[in-house]
Amino acid sequence: MTRKLFWVLMAGLLLSATLLFAATVGDGAWKTRVPDKDRARENPYDSQTNAVAAGAKLFRQNCSSCHGSEATGTDKRPNLHSDRIRTSTPGELEWLLKNGSMRNGMPSWSRLPEQQRWQIVSYLKSLQ
Amino acid sequence: MLGSNLKRVALLLGLACALVWPARSQAQGNYFVTYTHHMEEPGNLEFATKSVTGFPRAGNAFLGNAFEFEYGVKAWWSAELYLDSQTTANESSVFTGYRIENRFRPLLKEHWINPVLYAEFEDINGADKAILEVVGHDGVEDFLERTDRSEKKREVELKLILGSNVKGWNLAENFIMEKNLAGEPWEFGYALALSRPLSLAASPNPCKLCRENFTLGAELYGGLGDRYSFGLHDTSHYLAPTMAFHIPSGPTLSVSPAAGLNSHSHGFLLRFGIAYEIDQVVSRLRGKK
Repeated sequence: MTRKLFWVLMAGLLLSATLLFAATVGDGAWKTRVPDKDRARENPYDSQTNAVAAGAKLFRQNCSSCHGSEATGTDKRPNLHSDRIRTSTPGELEWLLKNGSMRNGMPSWSRLPEQQRWQIVSYLKSLQ
Repeated sequence: MLGSNLKRVALLLGLACALVWPARSQAQGNYFVTYTHHMEEPGNLEFATKSVTGFPRAGNAFLGNAFEFEYGVKAWWSAELYLDSQTTANESSVFTGYRIENRFRPLLKEHWINPVLYAEFEDINGADKAILEVVGHDGVEDFLERTDRSEKKREVELKLILGSNVKGWNLAENFIMEKNLAGEPWEFGYALALSRPLSLAASPNPCKLCRENFTLGAELYGGLGDRYSFGLHDTSHYLAPTMAFHIPSGPTLSVSPAAGLNSHSHGFLLRFGIAYEIDQVVSRLRGKK
C-alpha cells in the first residue's frame, strides 16, 4: 500500500512536470501580460544620476551571463538593444524582471529587491 | 576510505571549476534548512557545501557535510544532487550517501505567495549527520546513535515550499513529509525563515564590502511527529540567525549558529557553507561562450 502510494505520488509529479514542459512554447508575448497599473509605473530612480551606474553593475553581476556584457545577447538569449526594449515602458521592464518569462527561459528576478530592479531598468533605458 | 576519497575528488572538482570558470555572486537563498521559491537560473550550475558541527554533551563532537550540485534545468525546474559525509571525533570520517531532488514551480508568475513542489529520494546510511532537515521525533538522543553505516535508509521526502518577497524581505515556509521506504510511517516537519539585505539599493561603484552584499535573517525549524503521533510531543526545534556574504564575482559565504529550543534538541549547532555558481555551463562546454 505504502509502495503504491509512493509510485502514485512520483507519477503525479512526473505528469505535472511533463505538462509544464509541454506548455513551454516561446511566444514572445510577455508585454501583453503586463497589467495596466504595472505598465504605467514610473521609475523612482529616473532623476538619480547614480542609478545607471548602479544598474550597470547589477546587470554585469546578474544578467550579462545570458545577455552579454554589452547587452547584445549571446547564443539564443536576446539582444537588449532592440525595438521591444526601446518601446517598453519602465513599468513593463520592471514587471518583466520581477515575474520573468519562464516559458521562454527568462527567470524571475524577484530575489533582487525592487529598488535594484528599478536600477537595472535605468541602465536598460540608457542603452537606447 | 571510499568516503574520504569521494570527498577529495569532489573538492578537487570544485576547486578546478572555481579556478577555470568565472562565477557570479548570486547564490540560491540565504538559508541552510529552509527553501525559498527562488529557482536556479536555467543553464547555471551551483556547487555548494553545507556543513554543520555540534558538540553534544553525551557524545563526540561531529562535522556533517553535504556537497551540493544544483542545476537550473528550466526557469521553473531545478535539480540537485547531494553527497553526504561526516566526521566524528574519536571515531572516523565516512561517506554517508546521496540525495537527488527536484523542485518545480507550478505558477510561472510572481504572486504574494509562490508555491514550489519538492521531491527528493535519498539513499543514506545510519551514520548520516548532515541534518538538512528535522522531521518526526528527530532529537539529540537518536542522533548520538547515528554510527551504524550498515543501516540503509532509502527515503522519499516531499515538501511544499511557499515563498514571498515583501518590501525587501524574503519570507519562506516549508512543510515537510518524509518516509523511510522500509515501511516506517510518514514523518513531518516544518521550516520557516525570513531575511533581508542590509541595503535594498545597490551602490554605483564596484565594492565587496557594500551593505547590499550582506543579508541577515533567521530560521526556525523542527519536527512535527509522525503519522501515529503528530504534534510537538518528543520533537526538537531550533532557532537560528543566518548571515550571508555575497562576494561579487565570487562565492557566497554563509554562517548560522542554531540554538536548540527544548531538551530534545542539540544545545548548539553551528552551520556554515560556501556556494559558487557557474554561469551557462552547457554553453561553456560547447564553446559558445
